[in-house]
Amino acid sequence: MSPAAAKKVRPKYLSLQALIFQIRLPLPGWVSILHRISGALLFVSLVWLLWMLDRSLSSEAAFERIRHYASLWPVKLALLVLIWAYSHHVCAGIRHLFLDLDKGIDLKTARLTSVMVFVVSLGFTAFLGWKLW
Amino acid sequence: MSRVVTGAGYGLTDWLAQRITATIMAVYSIIALVVILSGLPITYAVWKDFFSQGWMRVATLLFMASLAWHAWVGVRDILMDYIKPDGLRLTLQVCTLLTIAAYLGWTIQILWR
Repeated sequence: MSPAAAKKVRPKYLSLQALIFQIRLPLPGWVSILHRISGALLFVSLVWLLWMLDRSLSSEAAFERIRHYASLWPVKLALLVLIWAYSHHVCAGIRHLFLDLDKGIDLKTARLTSVMVFVVSLGFTAFLGWKLW
Repeated sequence: MSRVVTGAGYGLTDWLAQRITATIMAVYSIIALVVILSGLPITYAVWKDFFSQGWMRVATLLFMASLAWHAWVGVRDILMDYIKPDGLRLTLQVCTLLTIAAYLGWTIQILWR
């Protein structure tokens, strides 16, 4: 290691505090951190989604109860958040696959594709929200 | 040689697996979306029949198996980034694996009831 490189201690990763309070994150950065947050949210929420699938397939009465449950506004809202999380995760994931192939890594394209991720995922969430309820 | 306990290996396999499983889930999502938007009134009978078909059971299981592997890589990455004490990180990683195993077992139970 050269002396210059040894002197400078570089952070290995960004702390959550730094991400939230110190750094003004550019749009591709938001796509990235929301990719992570949406993934974690989906993983944790899977127990709830599986529970609903389990109940809805268990009997006709239970199916109707779940249908009623899903029509309550806090449940709808939570489901919409998860639909957004899934949409964002998929869109950001597709963008990531292109980045893996060295496509769209220049600043201009990277910004454009991150705008696209937000437009498509939020638009799709709004569309499904309108379609399903 | 000094080694840091991370509770996981590194390398191409996980990186590749995360991408392949993502593609499988994306394809399943398109199928699910087509069904949802087909405009078919979803009654209990329709719902039950749909999940009783052999191909749908296998596809859903394949989706969940993909999710299991994909989520393991993803959650492990998050834990490696933010949880610094080795013992706590390993504990959380074991909890994650147990949760994933439970998710998979439950899915099989739901599908082949």
